Amino acid sequence: MSVKLNTRQIGDVNVVDVAGRITLGEGSSALRDSVREMVSKGQKKILLNLGEVSYIDSSGIGELVSAFTTVTNGGGQLKLLNLTKRVKDLLQITKLYTVFDVHDSEVTAIRSFV
Amino acid sequence: MTFATPVIYSDDSLWPRILAVLCMREDARQTPETVERFLDSTLESVDGAEELAVGAAQGAGFDDDDVMKIGMAVRESMVNAVVHGNRYNSNKKVRFSVASTRERFTVRIADEGDGFDFSRLPDPLARENLTRASGRGIFLVRSFMDEFQVRRLEPAGTEVTLVKYLASK
Repeated sequence: MSVKLNTRQIGDVNVVDVAGRITLGEGSSALRDSVREMVSKGQKKILLNLGEVSYIDSSGIGELVSAFTTVTNGGGQLKLLNLTKRVKDLLQITKLYTVFDVHDSEVTAIRSFV
Repeated sequence: MTFATPVIYSDDSLWPRILAVLCMREDARQTPETVERFLDSTLESVDGAEELAVGAAQGAGFDDDDVMKIGMAVRESMVNAVVHGNRYNSNKKVRFSVASTRERFTVRIADEGDGFDFSRLPDPLARENLTRASGRGIFLVRSFMDEFQVRRLEPAGTEVTLVKYLASK
């Protein structure tokens, strides 16, 4: 299975439920396209729910970083929700855990957007 | 079976070692079980190599955490070979092998590309590089494996060797 994305709106926050594998190819490009589309529509508050991400490689991590910089440079906010142990470990090893604003509660995450 | 030791050889000569090997029991030898494949330069090959390595690692007795690390290191190295080495060229193959002994689990991945100076890779942990979209693959391989070696091949290509120790499995 590659990646499946489901976007929903809670107030003015776009929540993207990501499931599957974010790897080089179809997986990472799907995430990239989804974030770019939201940014092009002027959406400034994006929450990536990674609770169902079974696997991510360095390309997938790169897409998370790219999404973060794209949204941030456009004056928006991108946050992460429900990291699996694997994703959390990788973000910690690569010192990206402190770059992102990471939450394990959707309610808390939504409230944290300014 | 006994062999007469030639008196002309000194104690630290080669003869005692040859004798030891000849008398060695078959099951004491470290004979690696090796699987070798020649793969197309495609992302499907990356998936296949990772799958093969994961299966071999599980068979070798690694725990789930180490199996994940080996699989990921293989994936990252295969991506480098396919994307950066062979540049998806359908005329170029990736040589992939897995060998396992009681002490070492060894993966070798060789491309037919122009070569790469691994010493010039930017540090992905440096503050100025943290928000770069790429450049973390080799770092992850080195983090997950016990040994990582790079060798330039003649007339062309690069071979990486990844080793994970099987410590009292």
